[in-house]
Amino acid sequence: MKHFRNVGLALAATLVASQAGAQELTGTLKNIKDTGAITLGFRDSSIPFSYLDDNQKPVGFAMDICLKIVDAVKKELKLDKLEVKLNPVTSATRIPLMANGTIDLECGSTTNNAERQKQVAFTNTHFLTASRYVFKKSSGLKSIEDLKGKTVVSTAGTTNIKQLTEANVAKGLGANIIPAKDHAEAFLMVETDRAVAFVMDDILLASLVAGSKAPGDYVISKDAFSKPEPYGIMLRKDDAPFKKVVDAATAALYTSGEGEKIYNKWFMEKVPPKGLNLNTPISAELKNEFAKPTDSPSPDDYK
Amino acid sequence: MNYNWNWKIFLEPNPMGTGTYLDLLLSGLVLTLKTALLAWIIALAVGSIVGVLRTLPSRGAYWFGFCWVEFFRNMPLLVQLFLWFFVLPEILPRAAGLWLKQLPNAPFWTAAIGVGLFMSARVAVQLQAGIGSLPRGQKMAATALGLTTVQGYRYVLLPMAFRIILPPLTSEFLNTIKNTAVAITIGLIELTGQARSMQEFSFQVFEAFTAATILYLLVNAVVVTAMRFLERYVAIPGYITGK
Repeated sequence: MKHFRNVGLALAATLVASQAGAQELTGTLKNIKDTGAITLGFRDSSIPFSYLDDNQKPVGFAMDICLKIVDAVKKELKLDKLEVKLNPVTSATRIPLMANGTIDLECGSTTNNAERQKQVAFTNTHFLTASRYVFKKSSGLKSIEDLKGKTVVSTAGTTNIKQLTEANVAKGLGANIIPAKDHAEAFLMVETDRAVAFVMDDILLASLVAGSKAPGDYVISKDAFSKPEPYGIMLRKDDAPFKKVVDAATAALYTSGEGEKIYNKWFMEKVPPKGLNLNTPISAELKNEFAKPTDSPSPDDYK
Repeated sequence: MNYNWNWKIFLEPNPMGTGTYLDLLLSGLVLTLKTALLAWIIALAVGSIVGVLRTLPSRGAYWFGFCWVEFFRNMPLLVQLFLWFFVLPEILPRAAGLWLKQLPNAPFWTAAIGVGLFMSARVAVQLQAGIGSLPRGQKMAATALGLTTVQGYRYVLLPMAFRIILPPLTSEFLNTIKNTAVAITIGLIELTGQARSMQEFSFQVFEAFTAATILYLLVNAVVVTAMRFLERYVAIPGYITGK
């Protein structure tokens, strides 16, 4: 018993000591200062957000934003040198690697929604995308109603397949919905006529079409299954000091107009490695968000 | 670890509107079992035929069995499923290919047949070994009794061989169940696929895969127990599996 009391006393003492130095660094910031390094998680094929160029180096819109955040962290911690480590992630590994401290920021195309905010935090939104569908010009589809009784594919585990399922019930489409394991496979299903349409975030569809064998054969629907949903850079939950630095950095980037410049670099110009041009001008909603940055997961907050 | 465990997640409604997350996983489990059972029936039926072919005196039959086994055994299952699902319809005549592609539940049939044929090569080799392990006298005795080759296999060799290879067949059946997980590559959202869906929706990755692990373990425990009973029931005194 006595032994335990001593431990308790020691613990209490440390607690008092740490409270005394309230300004001391905690969490991710402390880690970065101690190790002199920050680790960014990147995706290998999320064009143009985060992917590998022809030198196998991760590049992209989200990567550029992350590097700006790194600059801000370096300034905040008054470091002369901050090493940037890069770690590849997939949709299956991003959560474990974030939870166990391998990566500090995930720079990709991860949808920020309320369900996921129970597990991680997101900084200010860097992109908005609505759920649309891609189809072959030859199939002559026009509206969502034209999908009646057809075979439609979407990617398992995405918000898109959920919205498609809901629309199928609400509009009585009776469409045959098949889940695919990833975006590439889902697109392949349309390419090989296994499905007439693929429901996905419009920007991902645009990049799949741009990278396909015959981009002219495909059309992306005008009809959308959802309001534009936000993409955010992901960070660990319950690390307020780090989130504050990251939020301030992204807010400064977007409000200064530099955010739009980086946007145009990735969405309006040719991007490596194949020189594709997505030709997607910044939307009015995203422009508004850049003027008033927010990390809200609700599509209703982006008008 | 900075991870928010939430075991209650299984009771929360899933975003697909098909009940809770647990329902999502259970629907995946049902699909896993359906695929595995159909695949196992195919594996046993085809594997037995090919296994017998490999033990017949005919050179042609032996070579057919040999080629079958080497073809299905030497290619990774992942590659085989990809070939059946994506490549085969492209090399068929256009109409036939299109029919194959638009078949309802194409991933399910492809997975069951694909895994079944892959496993048939393994069953065939085991059966060949089982027949090979029988004393030569058994075949001779069958002939001496006036049985034809077919009758010899039907009444003497196969009943013995199957009993001998029952324990390794159990593990092949377990492998069949586990191998169905590969079918997510062709879009069959079975147990592993649903666990991945669940972690994509909720980000509760550890809970999702823990549940999938437990479900696989439970299924395997049931199979192992059932096969033990079967082994004891058909055991021949004095043989490997006998008491």
